[in-house]
Amino acid sequence: MICAGIDIGSITAKAALVRDQELVDTLVIKTGYDHVKAGERVFEQLLKKTGVGREKVCAVVATGYGRASVGFADKAMTEILCHGTGAHFIDPAIRGIVDVGGQDSKAIRLDDTGQVTDFAMNDKCAAGTGRFLEVMANALDVELAQMGEVGLQSQNPSKISSICTVFAESEVISMIARQQKREDIIAGIHDSAAARVAILARKTKLADPVMMTGGVAKNTGMRKALEKHLGFELTTGRLAQENGAIGAAVLASRLSVGS
Amino acid sequence: MSEEASKEKRKIKSAKKMRDLMTTYYLDALSASQNNKKVAWITSGGPVEPLVAMDIIPVYPENHGAMIGSAKMGEDLCAKAEDMGYSADLCSYARSDISCAVVKGGPIGGLPKPDMLICCNNICGTVLKWYEIQARYFNVPLFIFDTPMCHTGYSRPVADYVRAQVDEYIRFLEKVTGKPFDHDRMAQVGKLSMEGQRLWQKVLNTTRHKPSPMSAFDAFFFLALIVTLRGTQVAVDFYKELIQEMEDRISEGISIVPEEKYRLLWDNLPVWYQLKWLSNTFSAHQACLVADTYTSAWCGAIQYIDPDRFLDSMAEGYTRIYLNIGVDQMAEQVIQMVDVYDVDGFVMHSNRSCKPYSFGQMDIMNIVRERTGIPVLMIEADMVDPRNFSQSQVETRIDAFMEIVKQGRDKH
Ligand code: SF4
Repeated sequence: MICAGIDIGSITAKAALVRDQELVDTLVIKTGYDHVKAGERVFEQLLKKTGVGREKVCAVVATGYGRASVGFADKAMTEILCHGTGAHFIDPAIRGIVDVGGQDSKAIRLDDTGQVTDFAMNDKCAAGTGRFLEVMANALDVELAQMGEVGLQSQNPSKISSICTVFAESEVISMIARQQKREDIIAGIHDSAAARVAILARKTKLADPVMMTGGVAKNTGMRKALEKHLGFELTTGRLAQENGAIGAAVLASRLSVGS
Repeated sequence: MSEEASKEKRKIKSAKKMRDLMTTYYLDALSASQNNKKVAWITSGGPVEPLVAMDIIPVYPENHGAMIGSAKMGEDLCAKAEDMGYSADLCSYARSDISCAVVKGGPIGGLPKPDMLICCNNICGTVLKWYEIQARYFNVPLFIFDTPMCHTGYSRPVADYVRAQVDEYIRFLEKVTGKPFDHDRMAQVGKLSMEGQRLWQKVLNTTRHKPSPMSAFDAFFFLALIVTLRGTQVAVDFYKELIQEMEDRISEGISIVPEEKYRLLWDNLPVWYQLKWLSNTFSAHQACLVADTYTSAWCGAIQYIDPDRFLDSMAEGYTRIYLNIGVDQMAEQVIQMVDVYDVDGFVMHSNRSCKPYSFGQMDIMNIVRERTGIPVLMIEADMVDPRNFSQSQVETRIDAFMEIVKQGRDKH
């Protein structure tokens, strides 16, 4: 039995296929302007990539900010549940998740069966989200994907005091003007964003072992900064960004067994 | 039954009467000066009974603020106050009232001009400055009824201090009206006020029934009478009818939420401009907000008041209200409500406007979670200013929270 999960985020759309409790494959594309089309596209492309016929897919669960716009999905579920399920599927020992996505970050606590027992999300503010890092990468003229590596070279991280993304950006610009080292500024940015995310983790009382998911998990500098704030190491995998879609696919297979 | 017919059946019939009563109340207030009556603006938690005993019409800027919020006129009025130089961090009731007094906006074209202002700081410190501003603007006398914070008990010095102000308050009213205070009338009003509060408690208690005949969203609406007409026969009669309607609904098995499955408790003020959306969102999950910490504040201090010694005991009753006690005691009340209304989850509105209500919520959340084990959700919003509300964010949080609530129930 093959089931699919579609995760429409603010920046990227992800799809995952699961066959009999085994992950088949995943795909990530840019969401673009049209959420409806993004869902169609990512699903079609993944089917093509894996050679699975659309009629073979028994159930589809959609998640993410655009979850309501995936017309072909059997059910929409929240990212919280999907990330929890995805992390438990990949590593059943996991008891907590920090997910840093494009426009929000969250902390999720799991029990030993993989059920969500508590969660917290950032408030109406982009500090500590992927968008914050993106704005900063722009201001510093580095590729978002490179930020992590560059930041790790810092010996003397700068201190960003503003929480607000807009104010932090002007702070960064004045640091550039004062010719502070790029790696130091980036390390400071990671530290500032990590401090925000750590608050969510503490709110939900996350304890080791915790997985970091979402696109930002690929940023090693940000991950290290977060580990420093939390006082323990975070696990993360190759599929951190696709975790929500994987969870959605797993939930879809439960749906289809249930019916 | 068609969907239309079932909707019609679920409607609470007393709502119409309530609307009529509120219209009459506001018309009376707006035409007070033509009828030689005086108008006092008073804070929502203020001691109103002496005003009623003196035939002064009490008007509540906060109730007016709620009307502005429900009419979705909050954004403009708040922005107007900001143009006048007030901070966007100021309570949105204060902002909309201050600007409304100047532009005469809002759903009823502004409140009637006050002859005096009565400010009781048992709800917050914001009201002190807000009422000072209005006293200057309207050039009318202001009486401040100062109720010290009672973190735990009610000490003798506090009791004496507050009691002394009751006498000052009465002298103030005698001076402004030029009439002697009528103690017999006061005793009657005190009894009516107590009866009204007891009946209001009874209205709220009808939601203990499963399924619940009404929800907190209805309580937010029906609350207006116990706030504005506390101490009058009108409030007493109306709540008697409302209780009757609720009892009829219970015996006929009419619930407010179709197929109620989950019961929730709400904390903090309502999000006035999103009542309908919130109510529909919870209903879609078969969840009913059966109780809240806000509407119960208007009957929460009954235990301290003795109707036969109303003026003496009112000092204590008005001092020990929900927002004027310590966080531990607030949490204790919440835990009691979780038990009494048998709820499956607790939804907390972290309200950008109301600092005393929102400060300490994190601790209350932790205490409640630890002691009861029910899931708790915190959403960020503001009661009147929609610029502090993000629908898609709140929706995701509610959906995720309901997933947890459902899991929790399935386990049991
Ligand atoms: S701050 Fe809170 S208690 Fe004070 S007036 Fe505003 S809403 Fe009411």
